Amino acid sequence: MKPADATPPAATAASTPSVLLAGSGLGKTYATPVLAGVDFELRAGEVLALTGENGAGKSTLSKIVAGLVAPTAGTMTLAGQPYAPASRKDAERQGVRMVMQELSLVPTMSVAENLLLDRLPNRFGFIRRDALNDAAARQMALIGLQDIDPRMPVGQLGVGYQQMVEIARSLVGQCRLLILDEPTATLTARETEHLFRQIALLKQRGVGIVYISHRLDELQRVADRVMVLRDGRHIDTHPMRDLTQADIVRSMVGHDVHEGLDRDRRPAGKPAMRVRGMTRGSVVRDVDFDLHAGEVLGLAGLVGSGRTELLRLIYGADRKDRGEVLLGAATTPARIASPVQAVRAGIGLVTEDRKSQGLLLPLPIRINATLANLRAVARGGWLRRDAEAREVTRLRELLRVRSDSIEQPVNQLSGGNQQKVIFARWLHRDCDVLLLDEPTRGVDIGARADIYAQMDRLAAAGKALAVVSSDLRELMSVCDRIGVMSAGRLVRIFERGEWTEQLLLEAAFSAYGAAAPAAPANERQEHAA
Amino acid sequence: MSTLKPVSTRSAVTGAIGTVAGLLVALALMIGFFSWQSEYFFTTDTFVTIANDIPAVAVTAVGMTFVLIIAGIDLSVGSVMALAAAAAGIAMLQWNWPLLPAVGLAMLTGVVVGAVNGAVTVAWRLPSFIVTLGMLEVARGAAYIATDSRTQYIGGKIDWLGKPMLAGLSPAFFIAIAVIVLAQVVLTRTVFGRQMIGIGTNEEAMRLAGVDPRPVKIAVFAIAGLLAGLGGVFLASRLEAADPNAGTGAELVVIASVVIGGTSLMGGRGSVVSTFFGVLVISVLEAGLAQIGASEPTKRIITGCVIIVAVVLDTLRERRKARG
Repeated sequence: MKPADATPPAATAASTPSVLLAGSGLGKTYATPVLAGVDFELRAGEVLALTGENGAGKSTLSKIVAGLVAPTAGTMTLAGQPYAPASRKDAERQGVRMVMQELSLVPTMSVAENLLLDRLPNRFGFIRRDALNDAAARQMALIGLQDIDPRMPVGQLGVGYQQMVEIARSLVGQCRLLILDEPTATLTARETEHLFRQIALLKQRGVGIVYISHRLDELQRVADRVMVLRDGRHIDTHPMRDLTQADIVRSMVGHDVHEGLDRDRRPAGKPAMRVRGMTRGSVVRDVDFDLHAGEVLGLAGLVGSGRTELLRLIYGADRKDRGEVLLGAATTPARIASPVQAVRAGIGLVTEDRKSQGLLLPLPIRINATLANLRAVARGGWLRRDAEAREVTRLRELLRVRSDSIEQPVNQLSGGNQQKVIFARWLHRDCDVLLLDEPTRGVDIGARADIYAQMDRLAAAGKALAVVSSDLRELMSVCDRIGVMSAGRLVRIFERGEWTEQLLLEAAFSAYGAAAPAAPANERQEHAA
Repeated sequence: MSTLKPVSTRSAVTGAIGTVAGLLVALALMIGFFSWQSEYFFTTDTFVTIANDIPAVAVTAVGMTFVLIIAGIDLSVGSVMALAAAAAGIAMLQWNWPLLPAVGLAMLTGVVVGAVNGAVTVAWRLPSFIVTLGMLEVARGAAYIATDSRTQYIGGKIDWLGKPMLAGLSPAFFIAIAVIVLAQVVLTRTVFGRQMIGIGTNEEAMRLAGVDPRPVKIAVFAIAGLLAGLGGVFLASRLEAADPNAGTGAELVVIASVVIGGTSLMGGRGSVVSTFFGVLVISVLEAGLAQIGASEPTKRIITGCVIIVAVVLDTLRERRKARG
């Protein structure tokens, strides 16, 4: 692959008759830009694969096209006409539909009812069952699903078939453009085959398809062209046949970064926690690793690769199928069946979603900060409020939580300061092992630096930290080792100095189907360097 | 992004003060209105009567406040009052127990029923609404069996609790005040109180912070049962009898009082002191309407409207506060 600027100018592209959708200069800025200056085109009857790292802007772009998000910059045309959907409904009226990862079917209703939910055939409000089932059967036949009984409740179908019904529903009425977001994430191999056949049928009908997937082997089978996004920018678009999987990964990464090589690995102490055979269904499979006192271990992987789930299993927040956690020098596994036991054993968890799983939002900083260790500010069940206030004041200053006072409700704080309050909670608890799930998500740069400094301080104090993050550069700069999860497995642990963004990303893709063989790519990389 | 609010630091404490201030204004308006309408209203007699009428509802409402704070509800309190009164009655009439142990037995009955409510709710993760609805029937049935379906006259042995002791006020009134003070202290000054508020605000966050919500919830339901048992004894002391029909529908009056006091049905927010003022609002309203000669249907309609208006006002105030 040439390092080419293959983005065609939008103006000339829009004049080609076969162009279905063209975007020009599309951007979306929330607090920071997540998408900027994206030009692209989708032709009628083609499958355009949209790919990139976590947070590259794939879902923002597809939501803009589907009318779920309004762009803050740029314009689109649909079949040559200006296209600016006001809502998802508006987009659907114009024939643009998106099948989301979370299915929106009503499980207790029949397939037919789900398909035609907003246009149930009726006479004076009474549903005409036969007409409904006939219409549904016709709809299903269109995409080769004759074998599903339209009267069957959706909840009784397998997940794969539910996905098919969801797709069939998006094809009710006019459909010119279909966006599929990770459509095969829950499908078996057989169901995936079926989906690909349907996609081929849709292409013949001239439907343009935007296909989002982590599975590079799939893209090779189904996509006509591949569009790569990185940091909210359109990097390039190439015909699929010109590309190898390694090419795709390379353009996702951009220039290969060796971040964080400026400092040495922290001296690791004794093992603080040994995880063995941790398994839950197909979500987390046989994960083994050691976490040492005084080190920061990163856990990288694509969204859905089992990183969050692994932390929750260790912490006892979800029930594991099997697996053990050995703490310190113990020779017998710790009994951790609930977060209560985990905390008692000296483990803390900073959850991924601080609003729903971490904070008591309407309550003051003081109450949120001491939650995990009330005993330290109580005597015989009675709170020592002076001691509590002193302790929280100290933590607030240490972590530089920007707030009026320790009595300020946390829902009035910014994301970064909210995260610091959670940090304060675990500092107050003084646990030996701290599990951090996306600790800097939604956190501004200044607060990030404060959080990194705290992690550093904790490691220096001999604590063991495991950090899940979707931001590879963050992991590379903060961690001593990085374990990469892929499809529920911990595929490799990189030592500081061994990793590059490309290698990490290849490992992250490696267990999804027959992806790029990691080792040869690895060698190529080293020879090239 | 949406949580970046202009700075406004009204804490939970000032919020509770706001509620109490509002309730005091409402009380003053009602007392003014009834005094204007009836020359007999603004007298010591009226207030002493009200004070001696409220202990049963007041102590039960304290327990209900705790239950609502953990985002639960207890519909069984009215029946528990009758069952506990029946237990006390039997102990005194058939086994010749003195008053104090009999009261203890009544409260123990309440604790057991409440703990069962809590344990069933927690063990099978059921809505407490349904569990306590079932218990409402079970406890009422048990009260009938215990009393042989007849009102058991207890008489002088129990009426001491409801008779004037000091300045026209009964021991029950003083006990109720003590319970309210103690409960408010437990709510605001103990680890248990803190855990209750946390569980009502975000149970999953509490669980992930290493606090097991289950024992706390069971304890809260047991306390609600205990206080309903005490309320049942107070009721029996006013009637001088254990009536198997006593406390029928009391759960609604109790819940209404707590909600008027500004405790949220969604959990996490509440105050025992403002519950007490909620109880006062309802009983002043009842007494006043009776004095101006309002008919029973009119009384019910007006009381219902007051409940709704109170909750609407409180909700609006909370929303304004949440917007900062």
